[in-house]
Amino acid sequence: MKVRLKVWRQKNEQSEGGFQTYDTPELNPNMSFLEMLDVINEELTEKGEEPIAFDHDCREGICGTCSLTINGKPHGPHRGVATCQTYMRSFHDGETITVEPFRANPFPVIRDLIVNRAAFDKIIQAGGFISVRTGSAPDANNLPVSKEVAELAMDAAACIGCGACVAACKNASAMLFVAAKSSQLNLLPQGKPEKDSRVLALVKTMDEAGFGNCTNQYECSAVCPKLISEDFIARFNRDYIAAGFRSKFSSASSVSAGS
Amino acid sequence: MNLDAKTPSGPLAQKWDRHLIESKLVSPNNRRKFEIIVVGAGLAGASAAASLGELGYKVKCFVFHDSPRRAHSIAAQGGINAAKNYQNDGDSVYRLFHDTIKGGDFRSREANVYRLAQVSANIIDQCVAQGVPFAREYGGLLANRSFGGAQVSRTFYARGQTGQQLLLGAYSALSRQIGLGNVTMFNQREMLDLVLVDGHAKGIVVRDLVNGEISSHSADAVILATGGYGNVFNLSTYARGSNATAIWRAHRRGAVFGNPCFTQIHPTCIPVSGDYQSKLTLMSESLRNDGRIWVPKKVGDKRAPGDIPEDERDYYLERMYPSYGNLAPRDISSRAAKRVCDEGRGVGASGLGVYLDFSDSINRLGLDTIRERYNNLFDIYKEITDENAYEVPMRIFPAVHYTMGGLWVDYNLMSNIPGLFVLGEANYSDHGANRLGASALMQGLADGYFVIPYTIGNYLTTALGKRPPADHPEFRKAEDEVNGRVKRLLDNKGKRTVQSFHKELGKIMWDYCGMARNEDGLKKAIELIPQLRAEYWENVNVPGSGEELNQSLERAGRVADFLELGELMCRDALDRKESCGGHFREEHQTGDGEALRNDDDFGFVSCWEFKGENEPPVMHREPLVYEEIKMAVRNYK
Ligand SMILES: Cc1cc2nc3c(=O)[nH]c(=O)nc-3n(C[C@H](O)[C@H](O)[C@H](O)COP(=O)(O)OP(=O)(O)OC[C@H]3O[C@@H](n4cnc5c(N)ncnc54)[C@H](O)[C@@H]3O)c2cc1C
Ligand code: FES
Repeated sequence: MKVRLKVWRQKNEQSEGGFQTYDTPELNPNMSFLEMLDVINEELTEKGEEPIAFDHDCREGICGTCSLTINGKPHGPHRGVATCQTYMRSFHDGETITVEPFRANPFPVIRDLIVNRAAFDKIIQAGGFISVRTGSAPDANNLPVSKEVAELAMDAAACIGCGACVAACKNASAMLFVAAKSSQLNLLPQGKPEKDSRVLALVKTMDEAGFGNCTNQYECSAVCPKLISEDFIARFNRDYIAAGFRSKFSSASSVSAGS
Repeated sequence: MNLDAKTPSGPLAQKWDRHLIESKLVSPNNRRKFEIIVVGAGLAGASAAASLGELGYKVKCFVFHDSPRRAHSIAAQGGINAAKNYQNDGDSVYRLFHDTIKGGDFRSREANVYRLAQVSANIIDQCVAQGVPFAREYGGLLANRSFGGAQVSRTFYARGQTGQQLLLGAYSALSRQIGLGNVTMFNQREMLDLVLVDGHAKGIVVRDLVNGEISSHSADAVILATGGYGNVFNLSTYARGSNATAIWRAHRRGAVFGNPCFTQIHPTCIPVSGDYQSKLTLMSESLRNDGRIWVPKKVGDKRAPGDIPEDERDYYLERMYPSYGNLAPRDISSRAAKRVCDEGRGVGASGLGVYLDFSDSINRLGLDTIRERYNNLFDIYKEITDENAYEVPMRIFPAVHYTMGGLWVDYNLMSNIPGLFVLGEANYSDHGANRLGASALMQGLADGYFVIPYTIGNYLTTALGKRPPADHPEFRKAEDEVNGRVKRLLDNKGKRTVQSFHKELGKIMWDYCGMARNEDGLKKAIELIPQLRAEYWENVNVPGSGEELNQSLERAGRVADFLELGELMCRDALDRKESCGGHFREEHQTGDGEALRNDDDFGFVSCWEFKGENEPPVMHREPLVYEEIKMAVRNYK
């Protein structure tokens, strides 16, 4: 098979970008989408042109690095997989495929198809943790956690931090990302003591980083490569309202980074 | 060269406690005065940076990734070992220690491995407290599974995403310290050189991968936790970005490289399907708990697996190693797969594959149980191969997966360069000639959470007030060298892509320094690699400039280092005239094809010293002294 690509090229964050068209050589349908880009890049390099910059690392759907919008959809045509797990057999011979970076204001493009997602790290630094000093933990089995709760926490924890949820949302909301992290920790007994301060800190930082509001369209979970459920957003909203309420009526509340 | 392991005296079980008592403490007031550079934020680096930041040291952490959460550790699937004995099946610190030493084919240091087993239990406590959602039983207590090379269930897991969950735990601890200002994080900075002042490691030179800026950073001590070097083979289960540059640059500055030829080839990976392939995908060893490995008994049997009757199948691991069966250690299982494929009994289009069959387990336990245990692995398999492994057996083949070798370290995890510490997969320490499954995560976190916070004091107490400024002439010199190298790569404007060289190197390594090695092949590789390296520097084409995000340039620097490291691996493999663990020399095998170790002549760690570009390196030996256990023939039959 062969395809035609319309690829977003942009020199750096400051410069204007635009689309360029490339025709691929004969491809094997069992190639991954990224391997197809490798092939194009080899050709470009041999011709003395600059290869297309795109982000990737593990190439097995777990590191959250790959981040392409393929035909308008973050991570491409299939539900529940990342870009790197998308194979050419999902496209038809002769198809024109548009390839863009994840588009969202808090994720500026730094070159071609690569964006800067440092805002996610900032959010976690503000409260995406349980404050436990190394060496201070009690025996792990001292704190039984029911299987249901552990499994639900694991569902939330499966987030790979890729940012597709933000790219899919017309408001560029980070709600699914934040709700997943917060739900994982708030569900577990270990995370309960800091539940309120965590939720408040997460929302504050998310707003400051320029992410928009969630208007419950759930485009986010539809593109999530790990199929994180929008139910976590509802759970997060409940936690947030409760935390706001309690912090208003308690003088000892702390919204800080839980030192 | 004096390679003193600084192993504490006294009985094995008391060495670590004794060392803790004898170790120097840095007072809380003084900790603030020390700056520590941590390169890497995988399990080893993130846990170290977080723990040291918490203690009050000023930590600067560098990664080439765009976030610490993306380190290659994220991809670990199966689990992490710990001697908790929660299953009441007879596990103990001693048993974990013994399994690890034996699994490593008696080529690791006793005292280090014992300490690893000792602190393993603390790791699980720590991770649970951080909110790592390990698998649980219905009663709410932690669940376990078995891994290769063990007869107890001591592996803790979080579905098939254990590495992800442990890394996110360490990342959250690190993030907290960043938020509190104790750790400064430098993302997308690649360490391109180590800087020594008066023989001590005092800083690094890095390139900003976004704008190309080269800068120097000084510190009182430098910790490398930069992962393994398996990508020297090009095709491997590693993330594409994993590389050896940090440890190789340190090696060139004098850090001794331990056992470079000890690489692990993992038995259960998805077979190569075409020339365009960019990486190989692991199917976790945990699958071997419930999957049975077989090939047809007949050579060239091309029938579909379902059409091959039970009595015409060879469950070769169960046949050859009845007591461990499908859970035989990795090196042994990989070699067995190679052997049946060499005999012409391999399956799949290429004949380089064996079946991993779940039908018996599905019949016995039900589809739901198998799905619950492994669904994400089955999903990955489906995406890649377009086959449903609940219905047809998986096809698997061995692939490069881990490097046991790495920079040499003493009991304090300090290299032979004072002030340079090496943690995680980047050091050579605990796994000897073969690593057992679920032990890398254990080692990375042990090093970072529970060893380095205590042992680094022994060096720092000698180094107060000796941190040079980052514009010290040694830094200027190193920066100039880095700039020169970058310029040389860019100005070359040759005819071949970086990728084409990497592929060619990978093929040489796989053919001559892979699952089976022999003298002729290794000698050939030692001729071919320098030729390829020479061609590289004449004919490589690196497009773009140095003042921008340039992925070709990043890759070019890494491949240049692989081209040097590959040769060292082959030299080491040639020198070690015995078979042990993952190092199988065809000249040294028993009548039935098992590895034949030679303890009298090779019971040592080979420690390679860099002598200059295109100069042969020099090998030193650290003898392995076993006080507690006797080196014995490894028997899994
Ligand atoms: C697919 C797969 C599955 C695995 N499954 C298991 C398992 O189930 N159980 C188990 O115990 N082990 C497993 N392993 C092995 C284990 O994952 C690794 O050995 C371990 O995670 C390595 O951790 P690390 O912290 O040493 O290095 P890494 O996680 O590789 O981290 C390296 C860090 O160093 C940084 N870095 C590297 N070079 C530079 C540089 N020059 N400049 C700046 N930064 C740099 C990177 O950015 C990164 O942050 C698996 C490995 C693979 C490949
Ligand atoms: S490259 Fe890691 S998730 Fe796609």
